Amino acid sequence: MEILDLVLLEPIRNILDAPLFFLEVLIGGLMSGVMYALVALGFVLIFKASGVFNFAQGSMVLFAALFFVGFMDAGLPMWLAFLLTLAVMVVLAYAVERMVLRPLVNQPAITLFMATIGITFFLDGLGQAIWGSDVRRLDVGIPEDPIIIADIFINQFDLYAAVICGTLVAALALFFQYTPTGRALRAVADDHQAAMSVGIPLSTVWTIVWIVAGIVGLVAGVMWGAKLGVQFNLSLIALKALPALILGGLTSVPGAIIGGLIIGAGEKVAEVFWGEVLGGAIEDWFAYVLAMVFLLIRPEGLFGEKIIERV
Amino acid sequence: MIYRETGQFKTSYAADQAILRLREDRIGLLVILAIAYVVMPLVASEYWLSTIMLPFLIYALAALGLNILTGYAGQISLGTGGFMATGAFAAYKLATAFPGLDFVVVLVLAGLITAFVGILFGLPSLRIKGFYLAVATLAAQFFLLWLYNKIPWFTNYSASGVISAPTRTAFGIPVTGFEASVTTKYLFVLVVVTLLSLAAKNMTRLEVGRSWMAIRDMDIAAEIIGIRPLTAKLSAFAVSSFYCGIAGALWAFSYTGAVEALAFDIGVSFRVLFMIIIGGLGTILGNYLGAAFIVLLPIFLNNALLGLGMQEAVAMASHLEAMIMGALIVFFLIVEPHGLARLWQILKEKLRKWPFPY
Amino acid sequence: MSTVEQRTAAVTRRREIGEVLLAVENIELRFGGVTALADVSFDVRRGEIRAIIGPNGAGKSSMLNVINGFYQPQGGTISWKGQRLRRMRPHFAAKNGIARTFQNIALFKGMTTLDNIMTGRILKMRASLLEQALYWGRARREELEHRAFVERIIDFLEIQHIRNTPVGKLPYGLQKRVELARALAMEPELLLLDEPMAGMNLEEKEDMVRFILDVNEEFGTTVILIEHDMSVVMDISDRVVVLDHGRLLADGTPDEVSRDPRVIEAYLGVVHD
Repeated sequence: MEILDLVLLEPIRNILDAPLFFLEVLIGGLMSGVMYALVALGFVLIFKASGVFNFAQGSMVLFAALFFVGFMDAGLPMWLAFLLTLAVMVVLAYAVERMVLRPLVNQPAITLFMATIGITFFLDGLGQAIWGSDVRRLDVGIPEDPIIIADIFINQFDLYAAVICGTLVAALALFFQYTPTGRALRAVADDHQAAMSVGIPLSTVWTIVWIVAGIVGLVAGVMWGAKLGVQFNLSLIALKALPALILGGLTSVPGAIIGGLIIGAGEKVAEVFWGEVLGGAIEDWFAYVLAMVFLLIRPEGLFGEKIIERV
Repeated sequence: MIYRETGQFKTSYAADQAILRLREDRIGLLVILAIAYVVMPLVASEYWLSTIMLPFLIYALAALGLNILTGYAGQISLGTGGFMATGAFAAYKLATAFPGLDFVVVLVLAGLITAFVGILFGLPSLRIKGFYLAVATLAAQFFLLWLYNKIPWFTNYSASGVISAPTRTAFGIPVTGFEASVTTKYLFVLVVVTLLSLAAKNMTRLEVGRSWMAIRDMDIAAEIIGIRPLTAKLSAFAVSSFYCGIAGALWAFSYTGAVEALAFDIGVSFRVLFMIIIGGLGTILGNYLGAAFIVLLPIFLNNALLGLGMQEAVAMASHLEAMIMGALIVFFLIVEPHGLARLWQILKEKLRKWPFPY
Repeated sequence: MSTVEQRTAAVTRRREIGEVLLAVENIELRFGGVTALADVSFDVRRGEIRAIIGPNGAGKSSMLNVINGFYQPQGGTISWKGQRLRRMRPHFAAKNGIARTFQNIALFKGMTTLDNIMTGRILKMRASLLEQALYWGRARREELEHRAFVERIIDFLEIQHIRNTPVGKLPYGLQKRVELARALAMEPELLLLDEPMAGMNLEEKEDMVRFILDVNEEFGTTVILIEHDMSVVMDISDRVVVLDHGRLLADGTPDEVSRDPRVIEAYLGVVHD
């Protein structure tokens, strides 16, 4: 009974005793959730357009961050570093489409999934072979000191991150809604065969979507890098976008964002209020276990499309 | 003219059902076993046995486990490391709680405990497939490692977190810890791997193996001929975890001599996955080829870069290793999904026709 | 088609039609708002060859899916050997001797022909996991016993030469034959065949017709057959069910059905002109 009280009730009492502190933790968690959402967004784009579950999205984040910080350290101005990295991501998108996706077209989804695990290792190795594996500090000029709103400490950096993420999502929404390319992408996402039959070339669409995912990865990489320093760990942290995705549903952009926020806030709150009772560092697994439990209840995610099997 | 099935007639289904139907294959296997059991212990240095052969054999066993689940039953798992850790800690708890217990019994029990844990984490596979399942198995990886790392009961409240594996005997002979020689450890692991390989070959070619492959190839049709997806999937998880658990126990007790959770991080899960993709999904032979490749690759790269006089050769070697593995995964998935094992088979078919190619 | 007709006409019908084996009553099946089957009732007697015909989208395959429990109808009952079931389950169907082939071949592509057919025997195997791991005792006995049985089917369907070929590499016609072999390995009392001759050339069709008739006569297996080739249907089936837009349009002997004005209007008239 005592253990039950310690695990179930005590943390709740702690939360009720210090609501302001809880709010701070919650907001901090939501902000790191924004970061997960950024990575998850890249996943959703590729999954929607090509049905490929791109395990390498996290590595693309690290890869972009490594190039960006490498160019910055070489003394290039930020805008040039950004453009050069962008060029690298475009080349990467072409290479992936040419050398991986095209030869594997019509293969089972699981084969493509394993291929993206291969891409993951290749990118991690290549990025570090070029730029080394030391932790690099990245300063993009965003202030990090906290500001106080209504007695709650909020990290300014997190606010900037949220704004940038919001802008990115809005830009993507406009891109998909109003540009011909965006409409083509949506058509392909809805129905491959139909899109092909009206003359939308799949390979072009895939390249574009990998470029867009690369850009999203670059933005995520810059934000993550500025927050935590650019290091190999980024690739592992970005893995947590996977449970965020599962939660939100693989095909939904709002789902990816809400999934990211839930994972970010959930694991922070769990760590701060439950971590100690359970032995600490439960952030390591909380997101995955949450996603697994969720999968059992609702396999298609919060906003995903229901899968109907037919013979 | 050397490798030929001509003239080797089978007069009964029992003979046709033998694992190796061709005389040449049987002789080949005997030669390999003779090398492994007799030549290796006599010729190989301690360095070779302890840093190459032991991890090779244990990795091959883990790959066998994962291949049963992923290659035969089609259920992808990124939780191999977590299951290996379960085996290692189960063996440690058993070996310290019952010091007199024969190590073979410890291994079997550790395998069974891991099988049980595997079934628990396999339950989601009844509702989800493919990459959804992969994410669910990541939960096993991270949760199990955290459990053994953070809950002091598993390490017998040791302060340092790194504990050395005690000496235990099998049939009266010390096979683990300081009192066992490297050769003894090697031979013990070799016997375990040989027996479990034979068992895996049998399972995969009989009823249970066919039900796994049926679920993998077309689960709906499997259900309609009366295969229960529940039984097929969970038995694959159980057998797979049994193998991974024993591999983890051997890793801690016979190879590193230390029981620590961090030895089984997610990198291990990926490495074993790569072994089965490069070696060959759904083959037994592929596990050895893949394990040998992944164990030897870093050693080869290290020496090559050192030979070139490169600075920071170790770090560079690990980056190159990641790149080569990644590229090879993609290469094999595109060109030959059955991996090195299939290439070997193609070579044999060529040999059968040699010297007349048509 | 004349060759098929001659061949089948030459076969003397020896089999006897027995009691009702399977009856479906008032089956209702909907997917979301779409009605796939509405108020469909018919029965199948032991030993007969029962054809289901109808234009595309009439609900023929859905009917087979209901019979072997893959789809759960929203209404109606299924009776198997006089036992009324609220719902059929795939496992129950397999256990009770209902086997099935699919319109789009559902073989296990990564396995050899022999292994594919052996999966049809799985429900008859009892060996434990441990016995199988050791290839000992029951495991060994059963494997050899069932292998011998499967070899008889292989001989019967004349597919000895592809015994060890992965089925994914076989041509279409042979795949259909392997699928029939797998269904036969279950020693079914009722065999559901979903367009077994679709996409075959004349020679392959003749072979398939011969196999179906042989199975029916030698083993007394009851057959439900979906087929578009009218001459085949009229030749080999004892009674025909006609579905149209998920409704039962007609039910009777080939002669009765082909004279039914509604059938002629909805279906046959178009085909036979």
